[in-house]
Amino acid sequence: MLNSGVSVLFEGINFMRLLEGLFHTLRIALIAIVISIVMGIMIGMIRTSKNKFVQFPFKLYLELFRIIPILVWLFVIYYIVPVNFNVELSADMVALIVFSLWGTAELSDIVRGAIISLPKHQVESSIALGLSKFQMYRYVLLPQAAKRSIPPMINLITRMIKTTALLTMIGVVEVIKVGQQIIQLYNTQHPTVAFWIYGIIFFFYFCICFPLSRISRRLERKWAA
Amino acid sequence: MAPILEINGLVKKFGDRVVLDGIDLHVEQGKVIAILGPSGCGKSTFLRCINGLEEVQGGEIIFEGEDLTKTSKWREVRQKIGMVFQSYDLFPNMTVMENILLSPIKVQKRKREEVELQALELLERVGLADRANAYPRELSGGQKQRIAIVRALCTNPKMMLFDEVTASLDPEMVREVLEVIAQLAKQGMTMLIVTHEMNFAELVADEVVFMDKGKIHEKAPAKEFFANPQTQRAQQFINILKF
Repeated sequence: MLNSGVSVLFEGINFMRLLEGLFHTLRIALIAIVISIVMGIMIGMIRTSKNKFVQFPFKLYLELFRIIPILVWLFVIYYIVPVNFNVELSADMVALIVFSLWGTAELSDIVRGAIISLPKHQVESSIALGLSKFQMYRYVLLPQAAKRSIPPMINLITRMIKTTALLTMIGVVEVIKVGQQIIQLYNTQHPTVAFWIYGIIFFFYFCICFPLSRISRRLERKWAA
Repeated sequence: MAPILEINGLVKKFGDRVVLDGIDLHVEQGKVIAILGPSGCGKSTFLRCINGLEEVQGGEIIFEGEDLTKTSKWREVRQKIGMVFQSYDLFPNMTVMENILLSPIKVQKRKREEVELQALELLERVGLADRANAYPRELSGGQKQRIAIVRALCTNPKMMLFDEVTASLDPEMVREVLEVIAQLAKQGMTMLIVTHEMNFAELVADEVVFMDKGKIHEKAPAKEFFANPQTQRAQQFINILKF
């Protein structure tokens, strides 16, 4: 009976546990996103420099996160760093570090792209008006770049939230981990429980990511004009 | 009276390419100088050097007694030398008024009320007082250029540089912008104007400077220059444009 599994969702604290797992996931994602935004804007600004020696290390950093899968980064930091450098890192901490580094790298590229895509005469007329570098960024470049950055930034946030699913692999007790635990417990009793649990997790992710993706698309269209 | 701007032996290179090859020019207070010449002759680069947008490789630019090639106070100097560019360079994220107020308030630290009054007065003069709260995207090219002029004027510059300000305008909008500049000339603003509008140059300029290949070939009072250009290059140039 396909239906038999659905009752598991409402048995005891199962549903609450799933929600808790979800919030745990979201908390890690959210903190990482905030760190990424702050650091990404700063590094993005630095990366507009024409100096090769400034560009290179940041470019390398970005490429490392693009080329190497996030899962590998999680494993590397989780299994290799603590043993070799004698530091203790909880799974949550590792998750936060990797996601912040990744988000910062990607966001810095978005911000950099947005700034350098601004017409050159925006910079020149700022200079001609006597604005300082700081004033130029604060009043002219960043507000314009923000507009161009926000749609791709929301896409990045969506990707980061989706990718938290990987955290189960290093033992973060996030929503999928909780789901697996519940499934294990009820599997013999209700063979269809996996369908319902993963179904509800599917639904959770959809509820969070779909609105974000819609907002991003709407802003993109609105600001394209 | 000492000239407000004195340029001696100015040299500008892009790599090995010499763009300005020993430019000498003295500009007296209140004079309007039109800089003419074929595309690529270095006239825009010349203006950009005066405002420190380009580094120079030789010579001196003395503005109000200070050699700008050695100055460390570019930001202060730029308050005194206003510049308007060919491209519409208003900041699209701000209203007309915010565009105008930005530099006086943030850079010059003047009081908002005072600057606002001045801005409105200037907008009135260029016939755009009713557009103070519009965004640049709502304006025509000619309107944007007039606002850009107001924005530069609102810092109370001693001298204005105009870099082909009508070159990317639709023909029917050229006039409204040139009229604003002509008005400024009447009020005694010192100006260097790079332009392709020959009639305008003849009408407004006190002196014409003809440049080609990074050098000044001819310097003459405007009427004289157009009536009777001395160098062959200038003659050719005028003939081509008279089409």
